Amino acid sequence: MAQIDIRNVSKSYGKTQVVHGVDIAIADGEFVVILGPSGCGKSTLLRMIAGLEEISGGTVSIGGEVVNDREPRERGCAMVFQNYALYPHMSVAENIGYGLKVAGVPKQARQARVEAVARTVGLDTFLDRKPGQLSGGQRQRVAMARAMIKEPKVFLFDEPLSNLDAKLRVQMRIEIRKLHQRLKATSVFVTHDQVEAMTLADRLVIMNKGVIEQIGAPKDVYDRPASVFVAGFIGAPGLNLLDATIGADGLTLSLADGQRLPVDPARHPALKPGPVTVGIRAEALTIRPAAAGPHAGLRASFDFTEELGVGQHIHAEISGQPLIIHVDGRHPYRPGSALLLDVPPQELQLFDQETGLRIQETDVLTCIDEAA
Amino acid sequence: MVERTPILNILTHLILITGLVMLLVPLWIVFVASTHDFRTVNTVPMPLWPGNRMIENYTLAWNQGGFGPKMLNSFIVAVGVTAGKIAIAAISAYSIVYFKYRFRSLFFWLIFVTLMLPLEVRIVPTYAVAANVLRPYQELLDASGLGALLSTLMGIKVSLPEWSMLNSYTGLILPLIATATGTFLYRQFYLTVPDELAEAAKMDGAGPLRFFWDVLLPLSRTNMAALATIMFVYSWNQYLWPLLIITDIANYGTAVMQLQRIVPGPLFGEPPRWHIAMAGTLMVMTPPLLVVIFMQRWFVRGLVQTDK
Repeated sequence: MAQIDIRNVSKSYGKTQVVHGVDIAIADGEFVVILGPSGCGKSTLLRMIAGLEEISGGTVSIGGEVVNDREPRERGCAMVFQNYALYPHMSVAENIGYGLKVAGVPKQARQARVEAVARTVGLDTFLDRKPGQLSGGQRQRVAMARAMIKEPKVFLFDEPLSNLDAKLRVQMRIEIRKLHQRLKATSVFVTHDQVEAMTLADRLVIMNKGVIEQIGAPKDVYDRPASVFVAGFIGAPGLNLLDATIGADGLTLSLADGQRLPVDPARHPALKPGPVTVGIRAEALTIRPAAAGPHAGLRASFDFTEELGVGQHIHAEISGQPLIIHVDGRHPYRPGSALLLDVPPQELQLFDQETGLRIQETDVLTCIDEAA
Repeated sequence: MVERTPILNILTHLILITGLVMLLVPLWIVFVASTHDFRTVNTVPMPLWPGNRMIENYTLAWNQGGFGPKMLNSFIVAVGVTAGKIAIAAISAYSIVYFKYRFRSLFFWLIFVTLMLPLEVRIVPTYAVAANVLRPYQELLDASGLGALLSTLMGIKVSLPEWSMLNSYTGLILPLIATATGTFLYRQFYLTVPDELAEAAKMDGAGPLRFFWDVLLPLSRTNMAALATIMFVYSWNQYLWPLLIITDIANYGTAVMQLQRIVPGPLFGEPPRWHIAMAGTLMVMTPPLLVVIFMQRWFVRGLVQTDK
């Protein structure tokens, strides 16, 4: 049993506070990804769990025991570092087995375990090589094997894939996922890459400036970002965010250039008039052919396209603000040409402009689910 | 930018060759002198081609100068000083780089400024301490009034025992061991070692000593070799210090001290027998030369520190 309980944990260096009272409860066997831009305190948090940084305030407990004052080796964690941190003068086998050697495991038993672990990560033919003779992916595997051999209660990953090239990164991502399915060890994975985070996580923790913005399953975070920050950070591209004003009736949004959009009253029954940030997924927008009848949507002007292979991202401008539309197929627009957009009212997500927080909607879908 | 033009190539080679000749000619003359008999060496001008008395001269220098035991002494001292310097440098730099404590950088700079105080500058006080190692403490005791206080209170005159390092290997080695150069070299090396390595060792359960021994020392091998080369040559060539503290030359004299006694000294009598003195010089030069030749590959790598 190795649930991790992080309660009101903070970290300051002198007078600068980098982590502000963070709470996360991680269940046994769960794979949690901490996601955030660089400098948001995510690595610091991970290092506090590992015992490499002192905890300035709050408690971290692993398996029900508070570990604040314990040495890293007494916490039962293993860590995979960003730059692998392999001992350059030791062979692969020595690198993997070093933890056991320090722990005083006799040579023969050590060798057997090193070989077994090396086999599971496909390194058994490289045991005599030095890290300098290995490729990036192989070094990454050595780092994983070194963590695995200790049979830790908790795996900690500190941006382990960010030094690999794109293809290898995808491959290692899959391997880490498989490994977790087999070992079922509690894992905490820190990254700034949201694709990595979405694909690996059982649950996502999104951090910004030392505080948690949102915790939730990847799909929930994607569908219902809790704040403007999360909305812009999650998804490729992030949510389109437009400044708008809610009219006096609480039912229409107007953009700076006077264009209007209806709000779905079933989802947002009691909106206060005033400024608001509107979020729309690029996939939720559709471009309507110019010929098709009267139009209640928005009018934007085309800038350029990004080719994705499976479709295109159309970059446009609306009311002086950038907007991205995802389309299937190919669309030959010229710069400056006008686009007519259909915006389904139920796809609008509203955020308070002052606090940046989501304006919660009455969840129509849940109501239907419950009725059924 | 590397330029390749024939004229520049010739020019650079000319400069190199000139430098080499300027370095080698004196050595050649020493060698030539060591192969002639007394009369030929003292003719003016001296011949510039080796003579036929080489073996006789060298045997005579070796036997009469007693270079066997003296070289052994020199070797003991050089190895002792080198090992001591490396140990002290590695440990003190480890403390300065890897541990956080008050006045850490002050200590580093204190070590660093001793670069400006070579042995020759502080030779008198160092001699005083070597003659009586506990004397500074005795003086502290007396000057602080603590000694007087103790003697009035308890009626005992506190006097620390005398411990002299004169005429001993300890005296030859210990005062030379502290090294700012080495500490600095090691500090620079430790700074290039990624922090993550120390953290990985922590996660592997290795304590500070274990990390030092298992990771840092093996990684610093080239560094160590470079330091060893410099320090071996430095301590082999020590002249003033042994001359000062060793009076029992028969037992503790070093090879370089012995050189001082052969021209035109008491060993061979007047007038100076240059042919034999030069033979002795060349023999005394050989061990550090061999060390440099064998270590040069490591030496350069350790100082340039590119393979990381």
